[in-house]
Amino acid sequence: MANESSGALVHSRGVPLARARGVVKRINGRLILAGIDLAVGAGEIVTVIGPNGAGKTMLLRVLLGLERCEEGEASLSPSVRVGYMPQRLHVEETMPLPVRRFLSLGRPIDRRAIAAVLDEVGATPVIDAPIQRISGGEFQRVLLARALLRDPDLLVLDEPAQGVDVAGQGELFELIVKIRDRRGCGVLMVSHDLHLVMAAADTVLCINQHVCCTGRPEAVSRDPAYLALFGPRAVAQLAPYTHRHDHAHDVGGRVVTLAGSKDTRQHDHGHDHG
Amino acid sequence: MATIMDDFIVRALFGGVGVAMVAGPLGAFVVWRRMAYFGDTISHSALLGVALGLLLEAPYNLAITVVCLAIAALLVVAEPRLRLASDTLLGIFAHASLALGVVVVAFMERVRLDLIGYLFGDVLSVGATDLLWIYGGGALALAALAWMWRPLLSATVHADLARVEGVHVERLRLAFMLLMAVVIAGAMKIVGILLVTSLLIIPAATARRFARTPEQMAIFAALIGAAAVALGLYASLAFDTPSGPSVVVSATAIFALSLAVSPRNA
Repeated sequence: MANESSGALVHSRGVPLARARGVVKRINGRLILAGIDLAVGAGEIVTVIGPNGAGKTMLLRVLLGLERCEEGEASLSPSVRVGYMPQRLHVEETMPLPVRRFLSLGRPIDRRAIAAVLDEVGATPVIDAPIQRISGGEFQRVLLARALLRDPDLLVLDEPAQGVDVAGQGELFELIVKIRDRRGCGVLMVSHDLHLVMAAADTVLCINQHVCCTGRPEAVSRDPAYLALFGPRAVAQLAPYTHRHDHAHDVGGRVVTLAGSKDTRQHDHGHDHG
Repeated sequence: MATIMDDFIVRALFGGVGVAMVAGPLGAFVVWRRMAYFGDTISHSALLGVALGLLLEAPYNLAITVVCLAIAALLVVAEPRLRLASDTLLGIFAHASLALGVVVVAFMERVRLDLIGYLFGDVLSVGATDLLWIYGGGALALAALAWMWRPLLSATVHADLARVEGVHVERLRLAFMLLMAVVIAGAMKIVGILLVTSLLIIPAATARRFARTPEQMAIFAALIGAAAVALGLYASLAFDTPSGPSVVVSATAIFALSLAVSPRNA
């Protein structure tokens, strides 16, 4: 275990915005989380990775108070404002809902503020579009915009890049880093995709019910527990990753399904696959 | 003669339009939240309310409202405790309460109940007291809906996102179910126990095709419902057809027409 104590050396630590200690969660007797520790500080990006079914989403839900844990404690520091981006949000076709109206579901927000936040996430053109008619990449950016409208101290993002094509994923993670830099908020996100997330994290928490390893991304990627969990192939493609795009896509770009196709990706980042 | 004619038609029209005005916005939520079958269950229990009202010599408007509220509350309590799919549970409640209502009525030998009137509506018999219930209850229901509109909408789009943003999702769900019970109890007089849900969902489904925002859909649904009531009453008089079913047929005709002319008929 590479239990490096600190991830975000350049960012302020202080009192964590969110903290979990020894969190245990069972559903119908099945163990989902087996004693997880986690802390997110202001300005820090903590990324939780792990295979499907590792309990990543559950960990977020426990922290947000959407689920109770049997043992341990999970809490947000009092008065912390959370911007949450849930996994798989599907809006029924039966509801006519333009993007601008979706963004003001939480509280009334004037059009100028909506335009400004859409500009921040790079989704300006969709402001009046029905939310069911925008692309996967646009949808994720709109969700991010809704989280940002709460002027959050902590962003909690559950698989922010799902449904986004590969080039778009890189841009989305760059955007998240930029938002952190600009707003100084903490970010806690979950991903099953290792390789893009690594470039956008101060601390990586690799879990599979328990914490397999944690620390800075480079350290985690060399950790034996990490290798055991994801196999050498995933690591081989990770190692030379430098995140340099030689092209760009708009957010409405082609959607590529990533599940189970980790070593057959068709894209041209400035790196090679193993 | 002519003035009496005018009078009960005017009362029927006022009653029907009043109900449609509330049923429209509420029906939009019923469509969004997929609660049509819940509406059916509540309305089926209304006959039990009628029977109990007769038995206890209570005003039947009150008895219906109380029974509908009780069934709604019972459903909320029962659903997480019984390991049944929600449509199974709703089916049990719907049919059990309807059957129980009929059985209780049969026990009361001296009472002759216009069962068909209750099942399919008897809008032409709407009296002054009914109007008071419809407009009083309707105004309260609309005020309550307006008050919880934004959080209810947010919870309908995504419950967890709403929760994280501080919305009391469970409390709202309960409030909405109770609201449905009140409105269904009021609307029952117009189109009857078996057809009352249609007044909630058909105008809303029609409105969906023209609306661009949730609020538009709610307002359009109210207007379309009112038009269906007027058209149905007119047809009922013109062709001497039962009024409740005529209103529902009118609503359906407007819906079918909307499929042909709507900008969204792709």
